[in-house]
Amino acid sequence: MSETHSALAHHFDTIEQQREAASLGMWIFLVTEIMFFGGMFTAYIVYRTAYPDAFAEGSHHLNIVLGGINTSVLIGSSLTMALAVHGSQVGHRKMLIGFLILTILLGTVFLVIKYFEYADKFAHHLVPGHSFSFSGSRPQNAQLFFSLYFAMTGMHALHMVIGLAILTVLVVQATRGRFTPEYHAPVELTGLYWHFVDIIWIFLFPLLYLIDRYAH
Amino acid sequence: MSIPTGPAVPVETREHYLNVNYGVKSWLLTTDHKRIALLYLASITLFFFVGGFFAVLIRLELLTPPGDLFQAETYNKLFTMHGVMMIFFFLIPSIPAVLGNFLVPMMIGARDLAFPRLNLLSWYIYIVGGLFTFGAVVAGGVDTGWTFYTPYSSTYSNGNVIAAGIGIFITGFSSILTGLNFIVTIHTMRAPGLTWFRLPLFIWAHYATSLIMILGTPVVAITLVLLVLERGFHIGIFDPALGGDPVLFQHLFWFYSHPAVYIMILPGMGVISELISCFSRKYVFGYHFVAFSSLPIAVISFLVWGHHMFVSSQSVYAGMIFSILSFLVAIPSAIKVFNWTATLYKGSISYQAPMLYAFGFIGLFTIGGLTGLFLAALGLDIHVHDTYFVVAHFHYIMVGGAVMAYLGGIHFWWPKITGRLYPEAWARFSALVIFIGFNLTFFPQFILGYLGMPRRYHAYPDEFQVLNVMSSAGASILGVGYLIPMIYLIWSLRYGAVAGANPWGATGLEWQTPSPPPTENFKETPIVTEEPYHYSIREIKVV
Repeated sequence: MSETHSALAHHFDTIEQQREAASLGMWIFLVTEIMFFGGMFTAYIVYRTAYPDAFAEGSHHLNIVLGGINTSVLIGSSLTMALAVHGSQVGHRKMLIGFLILTILLGTVFLVIKYFEYADKFAHHLVPGHSFSFSGSRPQNAQLFFSLYFAMTGMHALHMVIGLAILTVLVVQATRGRFTPEYHAPVELTGLYWHFVDIIWIFLFPLLYLIDRYAH
Repeated sequence: MSIPTGPAVPVETREHYLNVNYGVKSWLLTTDHKRIALLYLASITLFFFVGGFFAVLIRLELLTPPGDLFQAETYNKLFTMHGVMMIFFFLIPSIPAVLGNFLVPMMIGARDLAFPRLNLLSWYIYIVGGLFTFGAVVAGGVDTGWTFYTPYSSTYSNGNVIAAGIGIFITGFSSILTGLNFIVTIHTMRAPGLTWFRLPLFIWAHYATSLIMILGTPVVAITLVLLVLERGFHIGIFDPALGGDPVLFQHLFWFYSHPAVYIMILPGMGVISELISCFSRKYVFGYHFVAFSSLPIAVISFLVWGHHMFVSSQSVYAGMIFSILSFLVAIPSAIKVFNWTATLYKGSISYQAPMLYAFGFIGLFTIGGLTGLFLAALGLDIHVHDTYFVVAHFHYIMVGGAVMAYLGGIHFWWPKITGRLYPEAWARFSALVIFIGFNLTFFPQFILGYLGMPRRYHAYPDEFQVLNVMSSAGASILGVGYLIPMIYLIWSLRYGAVAGANPWGATGLEWQTPSPPPTENFKETPIVTEEPYHYSIREIKVV
């Protein structure tokens, strides 16, 4: 039995039991997230199999340079997040706060670039709806591609925004000295969430941006 | 079995979870799992009667062959709102959110669920989702059926599809949080000595239910998001004009909504195991089989959704596989029924009200399950698809099964929850009324469906009238049957006999603490040293 810790909730016996529960809870939450995105990935598989050419044409209208930059930005943010978690484990407060802020910055860069990509789609009438116009051979099916593009990247961006809000709360708590080597579960769990959002993008990028690129 | 009256000490002198503090704030901001269970109890009862009100209007319209009371559009809205209210706002939260919330921590010897604040959040999410859906009703209703099939829901319907869709989307997260909380609690917070095979079967059933909640609910959530995006912003995922496939919506919808049936029935099976064992004073026959059979039900439930789509242009080979898999669900379900029956054999059976509900459950669930095999058969399904046969089948499972188990459980644990006994004679009487009313309502619908009366129509040919009148008459009896417990349970809060810690002489950790329990459930964490359902030994101590 460990000594009573200030962060120990009344219904747990030990801080280890509490950490174990929180960690299991986060993993289960991530499973629900996989099922949530899974619905859209299923739709993607069905329609890409049905309309491979239209999907390839639609994909070529995405900006591969911006998408590629964003992919590296996000992978970089996963690194800074992992370093922040390490900082909290060893009780290095400056390292923790510094890398949390760096993660927030990289996440923001991602969203700003995403904003310019979206704006470009609006300018070129590639947003599904009444003003959609597409010069390729199968405009209807291409609209299906862009519907999925906006639904999937939009849902991903929403998860990024939520992640940034949580990270901001963590920075505030960290400056108040809330986290110690014994109690830093919130940092670890946010790390898990952040890596998950990152991994979703690792799937989205090739599926949406890189269709049939080798042929051109 | 004699009922020992409680200790001479009046309940009010001891501090427990109900009198530890008072006021609206102490309830709305509580993180006590027992109080949250009561918040759920009050709100799902409200939704039950709202859904029931729509059912009354449906049965009134069907009293006569022509569509005279309501127009076709109004009737469409009535059955849609009946389905939405009953499924998403009553049946899915019913046993898990009320009895599960109250009992899961108590049965495993914990002081609370693992995440008490998430538990409270789940109730608020449920209420917000309910308000959205309620708003959709007040603003004119929805007419798509609770299934929201595209392209009608996405393009043509004039109802408030977006508000109802958002409402159900939001409510889904309350179910996800409940399931997540249960799984983590059962894994990490069991009392010392409480191994997996010493767990009550109620816990096993809730574990399997929680698996379905966390794996299925997110899928219907994203499906509804895509539907709302399509209707509101012309993001066309299911739109045939773009080459989209409306049947894809049906696949995604039933991927959740068939397993959702097991979210409704599995916790009921857990309740029945407790009741049968207690009122026949016996160890549950085949405990390990009953415990494990919940898991194949949960797993197979995700592989049978296609049996809703035998006539929706699905390939015949897919249909054959879905048909076989659907038949397979009968095996774990039958394992449970046979083991309950074997538990009764040579038991010392007493006919308390909860046991009457348990008997009702076994009989009605068996009829509902066997008629499910009719529907899983490819050829027969073409004859009875979308007829009243289907309506009768799922009401036997949902009302005859899940609601019976819910009421049985409410009666069984009422003394634990409130510290008072309900009036036994009234309870037996109303259980009987419900059983008779239920069968009179829904058995004729099997015949109606077999004769070819389609569901979801507000008018029908004259030759179906006799059976429809029987069904409406049964519904009025059933309605009375549901009102009687409402009255005497509320009455018992003040005038019921004081229950004492263990009025049934039942095993299980929840009965080893006073009724109503203290806020932290147990004075000190119990240590478990024996198998569950040790009735033959315990009976000597109690009687």
